[in-house]
Amino acid sequence: MNMLKVEDLHVKIMDKEILRGITLSIGEGELHVVMGPNGSGKSTLALTIAGHPRYKVVKGRILFEGEDITEMKPEERAKKGIFLSFQHPVEVEGVKVIQFLQRMLKNLRGIDEVEAYEIIFNAVEELGLDSSVLSRELNVGFSGGERKKLEMLQAYLVKPKLLILDEPDSGVDVDSLKVIAGIIDRLHREGTSILLITHYGRILEYLNAQRVHVLKDGKLVASGGIELVKVIEEKGFAAVEEYGAV
Amino acid sequence: MEQSKLQEILKAGSLEEILGTAVPYPKEIELKGELTKDMVEELSRIKGEPEWMLRHRLRALELFYKLPMPKWVVGVEELDLEGLVLYSKPEIGNEVRDWDDLPENIRRTFERLNIPEIEKKFLSGLTAVFDSESVYSKLKEEFEKKGIIMIPMEEAVKRYPNLVKKYFGRVFPAGEHKFSALHHALWSGGVFVYVPKGVRIPFPVEAFFVIGSALEGQFEHTLLVADEGSYIHFIEGCSAPMYKGFSFHDGMVEIYAHKNATVKFTTIQNWSRNVINFNNKRAIIEENAYVEWIEGSIGSKITYTYPSSILKGEGARTAQYVVSLSNGPFLKDTGAKTIHLAPNTSSKIVSKSISANGGINIYRGLVRILKGAKNSTSTVSCDSLILDEKSKAYTYPHNQIDEPTASIIHEATTGKLGEDKLFYMNSRGIGEEEAKSLIVLGFISEILEGLPFEYVEVLKRVIELEFSEVGGVG
Repeated sequence: MNMLKVEDLHVKIMDKEILRGITLSIGEGELHVVMGPNGSGKSTLALTIAGHPRYKVVKGRILFEGEDITEMKPEERAKKGIFLSFQHPVEVEGVKVIQFLQRMLKNLRGIDEVEAYEIIFNAVEELGLDSSVLSRELNVGFSGGERKKLEMLQAYLVKPKLLILDEPDSGVDVDSLKVIAGIIDRLHREGTSILLITHYGRILEYLNAQRVHVLKDGKLVASGGIELVKVIEEKGFAAVEEYGAV
Repeated sequence: MEQSKLQEILKAGSLEEILGTAVPYPKEIELKGELTKDMVEELSRIKGEPEWMLRHRLRALELFYKLPMPKWVVGVEELDLEGLVLYSKPEIGNEVRDWDDLPENIRRTFERLNIPEIEKKFLSGLTAVFDSESVYSKLKEEFEKKGIIMIPMEEAVKRYPNLVKKYFGRVFPAGEHKFSALHHALWSGGVFVYVPKGVRIPFPVEAFFVIGSALEGQFEHTLLVADEGSYIHFIEGCSAPMYKGFSFHDGMVEIYAHKNATVKFTTIQNWSRNVINFNNKRAIIEENAYVEWIEGSIGSKITYTYPSSILKGEGARTAQYVVSLSNGPFLKDTGAKTIHLAPNTSSKIVSKSISANGGINIYRGLVRILKGAKNSTSTVSCDSLILDEKSKAYTYPHNQIDEPTASIIHEATTGKLGEDKLFYMNSRGIGEEEAKSLIVLGFISEILEGLPFEYVEVLKRVIELEFSEVGGVG
């Protein structure tokens, strides 16, 4: 069975249609890449699957493990096993990272606070992250790299069935990129299905992606194997349109 | 057994589950109707007061008649003083030495709030006020031996007239405004605390106030005198069951901190949503003494409270932490007042307001640094958190600095719980209500850090209830 199936998805923000009929499916344990120029609707796709209320599905549906989740609340989707790593994680003043992670683990994995505390500290050590972030306020004053690493730590703790990554590689330096890619690869090898949105091919050097989709003006214009990435890098997005969406 | 009671409170679905709705109970005396000289004389006679206190009340009554209604007060049009019971003495036995001596209905109200257990575990002393009377007052023996006095205010008037006269109405005079005059004319209940020179009370003392029925006025008076070099932490809690109609609270706190004394005064106000709450709180702070106010307003329909500090002696310091939650169609008009009279004095005001579900918060602050208060400093920070589009927060800070060597820093922030912030929390499995309580608790964490652990736990629970779907208000 497919982990995720998106069928003829049309999405509006306010009165503007951003996605204009997307069909896509990701099998269990697969890693799919979505690329495309700015404004093509990549983030909209990610946020819609996660259930952001501003993005209205006007046509089509989203199936997760065969279940229609199109109308489901975001927290319910998270409980089903969908995790979105944000392109721009928001600052939440006053809420400490450790406290937030404990609450997240309690809600998503039913782990009590004391046990969660230990799991979190172990994970930070295992992933080679800086434990001082745990006592800071959530994303407040974090650099781009710090934010993205914290998103990855969360994903690693939650161990979702489907991980949606919205540009985990933007705004990070080379060293952070390696750390982030390492965590993604680890989750992938442990069986997590992944939808990875990226601008650059660089992160893919560390990963084992199965398919690449190209999004343009709210539609998938090409789908194919990893070789598409090379074509895009050398000749630009227009060059791959001839491959067509499959 | 003890543990289970605390657990029960922490697990209760709403405050009403704990306190229930008001039930009728026997009253010995009630005074109501038009506020006249006769009524005040009758009140004084019932209490068997000395002549000087009766004169004090009558002077205050004259002022009440003369003074205009403050222009900035809204919501009091509902306040019909003639319809209120202005003095209500519940029927209690002769001498109350222990909780068991109280009538069952009153004892159970306090037991439901876990007061006797908290007293036993970590208080140095406790006074419980029910309606207009202090029904229970006890200081642990070891502290009595050190000369600390903690007795009902009425008893202090009779037993320590000279001590009381020296301070009563001197910190917060009757003529300040209409409601302080009303308070001085009708005051009843409350507690007198005196901490002798150099004595430090290691654990807090608490006063707990309950208004038992609707259409009642409560005018308790707390007078706290900390002599030179002493230390005390006083905690004040307020609660009321739900009833139809409303009640009016017009309490007063006067604090006198002598040289080198430290006084912490913490209020956790959680009246039911039909109480109109008016507070009069002021401290006079002598040389190198320190007074810290923590004013937490959660409940009530309308609250007016502005703890005030007068920095009278050189090097006197104060901190005023004001937390106000308006969740639902309620108004909190809160703030702080500080007046620097002497050199090298310092003040710190931290106000945190939370508005949700149509709630309104108003902050009014006044800092005055008089000429001659050399090198005095003041910092004011005023943060508002607004959880939805229906809710509002206003801030009216006012600073008046007449001393060129003094300095003041003022900061204000407004935070909103926007759609993206909420979605981020949602996407981590944290639903809307839980996200709100998490953000609110984070917002006030700086202030919670200054409170004893047990109170923090109860407060956290109260805030979670406020934003849970079953509890809260509407």
